[in-house]
Amino acid sequence: MALPKPDKKLTFSESSYLIEVVKGMALTMGHVIKNILDQDRFRCVEYPDVRKEMAPRYRGAHRLMVRPDGKVKCVACMCCPTVCPAKCINIVAAEDPNDPAEKFPLSFDIDMLRCIFCGFCVEACPKDAIRMDTRIYEINAYNRQDMIHSKTYMVNLMDGQKPEARHAYRDSSASAPAGYSSDEPPVA
Amino acid sequence: MSEFWDSWGGWIVVLLRCVFSVAFVMQIVPVLIWGERKGAAYVQDRPGPNRAPVDIPNPLDIPRLLGDVLAGRPLKYKPVVSLRAAGLVHTLNDVVKLAFKEDITPNHVEKFYWTIAPVIAMTIALCTFSVVPFGDTLLGYKLQVSDMDGGLLFVLAMTSLGVYGIMLAGWASNNKFSLLGGLRSSAQMVSYELAMGLSAVVVFLQAGSVSLSDIAAMQAQPLDILGVVQIPALNWTVFSPFGFLAFVLFFVSAFAETNRTPFDLPEGEAELVGGYHTEYSSFRFALFFMAEYANMVVASSVTATLFFGGYDVPFLSGETIRANADLILGVLGVAGIPAFLTFAVIAWKRQGRPFYAAIPKDDPRQNEPKFFTAVWLGAAGAHAALAAVGFMGGLTALSTWAEMPALGGDLLALVLHVTCLIVKVLMFCWVFIWVRWTLPRFRYDQLMNLGWRYMLPTALVNVFLAAGWIIVRHELFA
Repeated sequence: MALPKPDKKLTFSESSYLIEVVKGMALTMGHVIKNILDQDRFRCVEYPDVRKEMAPRYRGAHRLMVRPDGKVKCVACMCCPTVCPAKCINIVAAEDPNDPAEKFPLSFDIDMLRCIFCGFCVEACPKDAIRMDTRIYEINAYNRQDMIHSKTYMVNLMDGQKPEARHAYRDSSASAPAGYSSDEPPVA
Repeated sequence: MSEFWDSWGGWIVVLLRCVFSVAFVMQIVPVLIWGERKGAAYVQDRPGPNRAPVDIPNPLDIPRLLGDVLAGRPLKYKPVVSLRAAGLVHTLNDVVKLAFKEDITPNHVEKFYWTIAPVIAMTIALCTFSVVPFGDTLLGYKLQVSDMDGGLLFVLAMTSLGVYGIMLAGWASNNKFSLLGGLRSSAQMVSYELAMGLSAVVVFLQAGSVSLSDIAAMQAQPLDILGVVQIPALNWTVFSPFGFLAFVLFFVSAFAETNRTPFDLPEGEAELVGGYHTEYSSFRFALFFMAEYANMVVASSVTATLFFGGYDVPFLSGETIRANADLILGVLGVAGIPAFLTFAVIAWKRQGRPFYAAIPKDDPRQNEPKFFTAVWLGAAGAHAALAAVGFMGGLTALSTWAEMPALGGDLLALVLHVTCLIVKVLMFCWVFIWVRWTLPRFRYDQLMNLGWRYMLPTALVNVFLAAGWIIVRHELFA
């Protein structure tokens, strides 16, 4: 077996292993002692009980904005499905019977299994109808169908009833986006 | 009492020490598995296992519960405490998981040998402890399962046999990765056995005996420096002129013999999948896993016995303990109280951790710090009771009652010796764990280089120097 040539000649202490071994072990023991003395030193988050607070710019699950009269802001202009690099947005547009000048999304589905969370849909939207400011990162379901977020789901995501929203803003409902009702008691 | 003891005592002691030797190894294994996971975590700045709980009725809620039940009030709390015990429960869960997993026997294995391989590995790991003394005498009985004359040779023979389980597993699995693992293991064993045996030679040159009980008894003698000064302790082989080098060589070889990192090439998962236990699942794998830890315990206890005085309590010889049994019990009892009170304070202060603020108020885990505070307070109380018993001459009274004058002192000596051995064994086991999470694995040629070109010659020279020193000491100072 051809051995790689060492770059430099090892000194005696290095080639006799033992001294270097003792140095390495002193280093690891230092960590152990420090960690035993101060158990709050760990950067780990005890996840299901303690949740990490995400940065304000963190792109979490999408939500759809509504106008004061309760209609979705989206006008089904198809900017977001066009710009989406993952091709995960699927909009079926329809004409608004009350206001024939305007389109609205009959259905607005985002396949979260395909989404890459690039945020292009938010940037492309001319109506500020889609946002990714929920900071919800626990996007999960028991089957693939439920991973496709529907229009109703995304509109109601921040009403304080969805467990995801309550997890995301349990400790800091002050910074929660509009629509999140902070008087909701925290859940286990 | 005395007549009963005369007729049955021998049987009871024989049974107890057999049970003890198996239980000693088997009870330390789960602690080690926990220590390995927790140690690894702390080396890597992680909290480690700390979640699996065991829910038990909360004894601290009994007064409150009785009050509520008698008054007929509805319960507004769960009288349950959820114990996580710093992750110790995870080991229990591991055992349950491994026991109930599907036991898969691949079609391509040599069934008979494949089946007995883990059994051999485990049995041999448990056998080796039978020659290790865990105390001097109890009422005239040696505290050792078998005090054979060739005790150390038995240890060396059994540790070499330990590789048969691994080799057999590797060969019978009919799988190239397993086979390579087994081959590596046997090659490694052959290379490091020599250094191990030669460094043990230094010990029996000094003790003048191969029996482990003689070696331990020799180290319990007072240290005699050139016939001038006498110190009533620390006559351990490791402090003798060539004993330290012998200890280092022996311990490094022990790493290789137990297949621990940095010499764990037999299971080198990066290149060999799982090594010799690739094809094993369920409890067969658990046997290999436990055998590894049992081997660690055995290697640690042999190292402690050969080089660190075995059961010997520093500065307290067996005679001293027996002569002042009541006083020593009292002093130890008093010394235990502040120690356990400190633990109680630490346990109490854990309530202030951010974790307890983040979980709901009625979560049963909230009761855990209080529960452990009570446990440590109870331990402190038990020590206060021990101190009282000791200072009031309880051990002497016990001996008088049982009509066996040596009983009290012997019992205390037994407890102290076993505790001391356990402390030493756990210390060495911690070194095994500590090294595993510090050093990377050797390359195979480096392993062979180290064994044959460095450790074997060093051990050989060390034997000659130690022998020369013993002759010089004998001629000049005796």
